[in-house]
This record gives sequence, structure tokens and C-alpha cells, in this order.
Amino acid sequence: MYLVQDASFLAPEIKMIRLEAPRIAKHQQAGQFVIVRVHEQGERIPLTIADSDASTITLIVQGVGKTTRLLNQLQAGDAILDVVGPLGRPSEIQLYGRTLVIGGGVGSAIAWPLAVALKAAGNEVVVVIGAKTQRFVILEKELTQACDQLFVMTDDGSYGEQGLVTDKLRELIHSQSPWNYVMAIGPIPMMKAVAETTRPAGIPTTASLNPIMIDGTGMCGGCRVLVGGETRFACVDGPEFDAHLVDFDVLAQRNKLYRQQEQAALQEPPERTAAALSQTHPCRLSELTSNLPSSSKGE
Amino acid sequence: MADRLPPKERTKIPRQEMPEQDPLQRANNFLEVNTGFDAALAQKEAQRCLQCVNPHCVHGCPVGVKVREVIDLVLDGKYLEAAAKIREDNVLPAVTGRVCPQEHQCEGSCILAKRFAPLAIGHIERFVADYEQRTGQVGLPPCAPPTGKRVAIIGSGPAGLSCAGDLVLQGHQAVVLEALHELGGVLAYGIPEFRLPKAIVQQEIDNLRKLGVEFQTNVVVGKTVTVDELLGEEGYDAVFIATGAGLPRFMNLPGEHLGGVYSANEFLTRVNLMKAYDPQHSDSPVFDCRGRSVAVIGGGNTAIDAVRTALRLGAAHAWLIYRRSETEMPARAEERRHAIAEGVQFLTLHNPIEFVGNEQGLLTGVKLVKMEPGEPDESGRRRPRPLPDTERTLPVEMVVVAIGAGANPLVQTSLPDLQTNRWGYITVDPASMATSKRGVFAGGDIVSGSATVILAMAAGRQAAQAISDFLKDGEWPNVVARGGECESNYP
Repeated sequence: MYLVQDASFLAPEIKMIRLEAPRIAKHQQAGQFVIVRVHEQGERIPLTIADSDASTITLIVQGVGKTTRLLNQLQAGDAILDVVGPLGRPSEIQLYGRTLVIGGGVGSAIAWPLAVALKAAGNEVVVVIGAKTQRFVILEKELTQACDQLFVMTDDGSYGEQGLVTDKLRELIHSQSPWNYVMAIGPIPMMKAVAETTRPAGIPTTASLNPIMIDGTGMCGGCRVLVGGETRFACVDGPEFDAHLVDFDVLAQRNKLYRQQEQAALQEPPERTAAALSQTHPCRLSELTSNLPSSSKGE
Repeated sequence: MADRLPPKERTKIPRQEMPEQDPLQRANNFLEVNTGFDAALAQKEAQRCLQCVNPHCVHGCPVGVKVREVIDLVLDGKYLEAAAKIREDNVLPAVTGRVCPQEHQCEGSCILAKRFAPLAIGHIERFVADYEQRTGQVGLPPCAPPTGKRVAIIGSGPAGLSCAGDLVLQGHQAVVLEALHELGGVLAYGIPEFRLPKAIVQQEIDNLRKLGVEFQTNVVVGKTVTVDELLGEEGYDAVFIATGAGLPRFMNLPGEHLGGVYSANEFLTRVNLMKAYDPQHSDSPVFDCRGRSVAVIGGGNTAIDAVRTALRLGAAHAWLIYRRSETEMPARAEERRHAIAEGVQFLTLHNPIEFVGNEQGLLTGVKLVKMEPGEPDESGRRRPRPLPDTERTLPVEMVVVAIGAGANPLVQTSLPDLQTNRWGYITVDPASMATSKRGVFAGGDIVSGSATVILAMAAGRQAAQAISDFLKDGEWPNVVARGGECESNYP
């Protein structure tokens, strides 16, 4: 059991959870992730580690599927059944020079430790984060402190500048080149768009991939991705790869594999979910049942 | 001692058949196929034993179970004593009684096999192990006085469990570190319920716990904690690496990334470990096989497990595609027989060359080519070669690739001074299982390449003895580098 120390919403459906996990905290480096299982019947869900201190790790979870919504219900004092990690290879932090970190949506959570690590390695770090609308902009304060310059983009212009992160990227490439290194973390279409923008400019670019995964130790091969025409496993060879070599279309297609089952799981009566969760926290069953998201909430 | 029949009379008794669920019924459930001997059947079968002075069966057993003595005890009706006798050499009798390839080991060496059917040693082993569990009087052997030494064992599969069991018997502390959330390694995620129920694995692990073995789940050695830390600040006196092979092999064919193409590990893990077949009680999804056509590629036990699992998940057609002939399949004969009876269709001497899909990225078929046996290869088997102009596409919606596993690099990459061969398997001194790093031993599939449960257990036993010797005298053998000329590190 892994105790939740703090939990608070950063934005609607986006929750920051600080967990007691000393062994993981001790080894964690930027770019790595953990796999959690909330309760006995739960799936194994990979989540990037956003931050850590001596004995805790911080996860940022967007409630999109059944399990992530369940994670969004957690509060201080609750516990998660299994947390394993830190998994994956740490980001390759070097002295690149002028670096750009681009985070889309909840990807900003991963941009944060990366910006911190790149800055600590002596790089000049500019961060661009994007969100649908102002309410979904997260970690702005933390990122401002972590980097040299921060740009916030919103789709509707309700905050920062209106536009996509790639709009800002294009502008930065034209106005302030040269850029030595770009790091992209976010939805697949965004990472693909970043890769296509930096490709003609010849800027080395890395993307942090988020495929479906089970064990996270190379055993199952479910997280295989196509990179430069070769099969690689995101859990042991990644999750970060050369964005110019990644086949994002294959990744997007593989990530849709269980879409139907995921939708069906969201339609389930809350009783079963609550019953399952109660195995982990028997004391809060009634509270959870009343708090469960209604099935009408779409993606 | 009970009256024994004269040898001539014994050979007149036919080998007793293992009772099993009806094939058509069992093809629709995950309950165990073999329902087990009762005492009468076990007695009758035990009567067949010729009580050889030099029992070949014992030499045929990788862990050296004292089969003759066990059979003697069974004949006397002393089933609990028989189980305890097995446990002296084998910490997982209920498991090995079910999954060992007996036809190549104890039963393969049985003198009866020369003229009659061999003694059903596996079935008798399973009977006494199950009998013991039912009575709740598990005959755990006494442990030696505590030595104060601690050993960390990486991996809770058969090699790790067997090593841990033997170490605690010798008075050492054994702590098993498991990367997954459940214990048992391949016994938990790989072997399906209908062949090895999880409850049986759980019982054997509980027995080890009672003996004093400690278990920690969710620990990925090399990530959560390093081997150097185990030997340093965590205070272990030795480490045994038993991580298994466990990096799935793919065929590098076009279309391998299509939805519906699984590795055997992923498919079996989703079903066995995450119970994905039961959406009422599991949140993990798996490809919906119901009414679909499924093909499994390979001829080992894992391939047979996967194809029978697909059938139980409701597949309308379950094909097993193997590039050699059926007689060359490495899978146990019993499992092959069971699979065919359940309705699995064998497509031998065929090999896939491409996976075909639709615009949604989902598999629609597998392109196959016919094969013919060619010249013998290094394994002594005739290497199959493709026949020209025999291509055809088998329409299937799911494929499971079960062609074996490579060496998982996780522990090794975190230990740069650990010597591995060019396939990534850990190099050990075959006598002592010592690696190139002082205090670190390795065994099982991560040394030998993919093998069987019992061979991994034998490696675990051998390692336990070697670790015990090292803990006594601190002597470390010189591990000689070999160029990695063969994929296996065992001689």
C-alpha cells in the first residue's frame, strides 16, 4: 500500500497526487514513470513522475478513462495498492545549449521535471505549454521558476496567446534560431506536429511516448513502437525517442485498440467500481459512491 | 510394508489414465483439464512400479526427486510422508506434478517405458501434493539453525522460489523481490488456469512463506533498488538473479504492429494475471475473441497455452501455426493431445510471412507459406524451408506470436560489470552458478535461455547449494569468459 500524502486538483479532471514511495523517490530521474494499480481488479496504468523529494513522488493524472478517474477520487490519507518504478530510461540530460521544452495538456507535468533538469545541466531553457482553455493551464508558477522563458498557448486565446504550441514553435524557430534541442511531450498529434516542424529546421527533437503498457519491464511487448523502421519497447528502450524517427501513426492506431472496452467501462454502474475501490479503502465507500463521475461525462 | 505383486503381475496392469474434463465442456471454461488421481488410482498405478535397484527415474529428474522411495510410501498409503519425501528435493510438487515434461524426464527414463507405458510418476506426484494440501498437514521439512546470512533473490518464478526454499532450509534468510504485483513469475502470468490453477501456485508460495521465505512485490531490481545497494546498504550477503528470459521475440514481419497482433507474454499476462477475460471483475481489456478466428504461431508449451486460451475465450477458429511437423513440436505430448481434442486446428509445416490489416490498423489475416523439412540444423532437427508458390492468406483477426523470448536486459544494464554473452544472457560458472560479480549468482532462463519450469527449479537448487557454500567459506570461483558461442550458458 502506498499512502497518498497530498492530493489536489490543478485543473478540472487533472489531479496532482503526492505518494509515499521512498525507494522510488530515491532513484527517480526526469523522464521516468511508475505503473500503478489502484485496487485488486484494477488495470496497471503507467504515469510519469512529475516531481519527487526524499520519500515521496508526485504524479499528475488526467481523468480520461475509468482508472484515471478513479485516481482522481483519491485524497490525502487514501492509499494506492501497487506502485512500481521508477521505470523507463531517464531523459538524456546534456549541455545542449538553447533548448525548447514543449508540453501539451497534461504533458506540461512532464515538461516540468525536464525543464528543471535541463536548466540544472546549464542549458538555456524555453518552455511552451499549450491547453484548450485557461482552466486547463497547469504548473505555470512551477515552470516559470524552472526555465528562462515561458510561453502559454491556449486554443481559444482565453489565456496567454491564442494558437497551438506549434504556432509558437514556428515563430521561435524563425525569430530566435538557432535552437539546439527540442523536447516534446503531449498528445500524439501534437508531438507529431512538433516533429514535422523541427524536421526541416534540422533541430534534434525528442518525444516522450505514451503507448499501452502492462508490466513496464520489457516482458509483454505491448508497448512496442516503430522507430526508424525498428520495433522498440517504450518501457525499456524509451519512453523517449528521436521524434523524427517515430512512426506516430502506428502509435496512434495502437493506442486506440481498447477504445470500445474503455468506453464501455465508463458506462458501468458506479456500484461495481466503488465496491472494487472499497477493498483498498473500506472506510470511504459511501463518500466515493456519491463522488463517482456520472457516466454522461464524455471524453 | 504392503504386499507387492511379482514383477510379471505388475506389468500386466495398464497405465492408469488421468481423469479429465470432457473436451467439449472444458473448451468453454478455465477449470483444470486434468481432474487428478484419487487414492485408488494412485495405488493402482503405484503397483506398476518395478522397484528398480538402480532407479533411472531419479536420474531423469532434474532435481533428483527420490521417486522410488515416494512410490514405496504411496503403496503403503503413507501419502503425507510421500509428499514430505518429494519436498526434500522439490519445493513445488503440486506445480511440477502438473507442468513437468515427464515424458522426457522421470517417465522417459522409466524402465517400463521400454516395453510398456511408463509409470505415471507425474500424476502420482500431483496426487500426493494435492492430498497433502487437502489435509492441511503440509510436511514442511525442518530448517537448519539460523546462520544470520541474508540472500536477495530477484524474481519469484520457479528458479527463484526453488532457490529461496532451499536457502531457508539451510538456515539462511531469503528475501524474494518480484517486479510484478503478484508472485509466481511465469507460473502466475504465463501458465493458464486450466493447466495450473493460481490457487495451487498460491498454496506453494504460502508453504514457502511458512518455511520463512520473505516476499516483496513491485520491486524492479535495477530500477527500484540496485544490486549494489542490495549488497551494500541493504545488507544482503549474496544475490541470486532469476529474472527469467521474458523479452518477447517478434518475427520482424510486415504488419506486426497491427491491432490484434500480440506477443504470447502480453496475451497470457492480460488473461492469466489481469483476468481480462472477466470484464465483471477486471478492468484490464483484451482482444475480444468471441466468434473470431485466432492464430497462434509457435510449437512450444506457451503456444499451446495461448491457442487453448483463445479457444476458451470464445474463438470460432483457433489455429496453431508451426513451421515444422507435429512430432518436432517442443510442447508436451499431453498438451498437444488435449488441444486437438478441444478443437484446436494444427497447421504444421506452415510459416507466416506477413500480417495483413485494414485501414483502421486492425489485423485481417496472416499470409502463410508452406514449408518442407530440409537439412538437419545444429539442434538435429531438419530445418524447414519454404516451398515456392505456396502462399495463401488465412483470414484471422488475432494473432499471438509465441516463438520464444530473449534475455531481459533490466538487471544487466544496471550492472555494467556483470558479464553477459552476446545474446544478453548472464554468463555463469556452470558448477557454482557464480557470475563475474562477487556475491552475485544467476540461474534459470536468464542464463540458459527459455527452458522448462523444472529446469529452472533445478538451477535454483544448484544455486542455493552454491550460495550456501559461498556464505560458509567466502570463496569465489573465477568465472571464465566465453565468447558467447552458444545462446545457452549451460554446458
